[in-house]
Amino acid sequence: METRKKLLSDEDFPESLEGIYRIQGRDFVDAGIISSEVKKSLQGKGIPESIIRRIAVITFEAEINIISYAEQGTIQLFIEPDAIIIEANDIGPGIEDIDLALQEGYSTADDSIRELGFGAGMGLSNIKKFSDIFELTSDVGQGTRLKSIVKLNG
Amino acid sequence: MKLSEIRDLLDARVIVGEDKLDIEITTAFGADLMSDVLSFARSGCLLITGLSNPQAVRTAYALDIAAILVCRGKFLTDKFIETARELGIPILWTRFIIFESCGRLFQKGLTGCIRKTDGNEEKIIVR
Amino acid sequence: MNLETLIETLGLKCKCCWEKLKTTEVRGGYAGDLLSDVMANSSAGEIWITRQVHQNIVAVASLKDLAGIVIVQGASPEKDTIERASKEGVPIMVTDMAKFEVVGKVYRLLSEG
Repeated sequence: METRKKLLSDEDFPESLEGIYRIQGRDFVDAGIISSEVKKSLQGKGIPESIIRRIAVITFEAEINIISYAEQGTIQLFIEPDAIIIEANDIGPGIEDIDLALQEGYSTADDSIRELGFGAGMGLSNIKKFSDIFELTSDVGQGTRLKSIVKLNG
Repeated sequence: MKLSEIRDLLDARVIVGEDKLDIEITTAFGADLMSDVLSFARSGCLLITGLSNPQAVRTAYALDIAAILVCRGKFLTDKFIETARELGIPILWTRFIIFESCGRLFQKGLTGCIRKTDGNEEKIIVR
Repeated sequence: MNLETLIETLGLKCKCCWEKLKTTEVRGGYAGDLLSDVMANSSAGEIWITRQVHQNIVAVASLKDLAGIVIVQGASPEKDTIERASKEGVPIMVTDMAKFEVVGKVYRLLSEG
């Protein structure tokens, strides 16, 4: 899918930026593809498999969230010397009550999301669970920003 | 137990991964919620599910799950099969329901891939 | 086998409808997290093993006359779910075990008769 491909890794971007992936809201067909791409791009770099799995899970849930709830968004992958960072930013309705959204089991998903096997209210808590550092901020009516850091050395 | 033995036990068809039937499987995870799989399944397990969309394959890929057993004769789309081929995830397909499939495999000695669930320490201990 | 035996043998925790445990016969099992699947394919008297906690599971179990619901993997049912289950007489049990293990043990019990 054209819009989902890695865009560019230009000189303007920080050196640690490994890739930018664009996501179109409500486009469920290829949901999960960015997680697969991110995983592929982390392999062969000497990063422990267990860390790669955590990043793949975080990316998967972040991707599903954007597809499910936002108009569009991006996921950025950074490889720092001591950590892998995933940033997911979207333009969309935002989250009114972040504490509530983080509560396991809370979900506003519709059937198209549930049919994929998602939407059970576990996504954000999964991201939190697999992150060492997790930040979530949102402006209602504008969008949501999520940053997840997985440290490379414990 | 080998993937080929699982195939025989459940009268399953090998949809993808004829060349990987010698893989040894000792643990299994049964779920239809992919977030549940992403949260709790372990690498190397057999995913037993009633889902047959590409997201199930991508979930398995994210976690290095050894193979997927699709139950209750669920219809498989080309897209599902293509994704499994592309990512190298073996797919077995059975007409048995999840209950029967899990039951038979448990009797043969496969174990669940988690014993207990809770909190954050898991990723540090096991992953 | 009745629900009480199942609960005792597997060490499940019952959340409601204790009065029905002795009289409810378990005739089989069904495992699934997709409500439409359980709605379509489960049969009366089966014990339903799931990771879903949403209150809609009660409606499905009640409609299909399932023996009860076992919620696995330490997930805790929402308050609404328990309230509705008590009202509709659907026993709900919880356990920390994973679905695979619960199904395996229920399957073994049922096949031993």
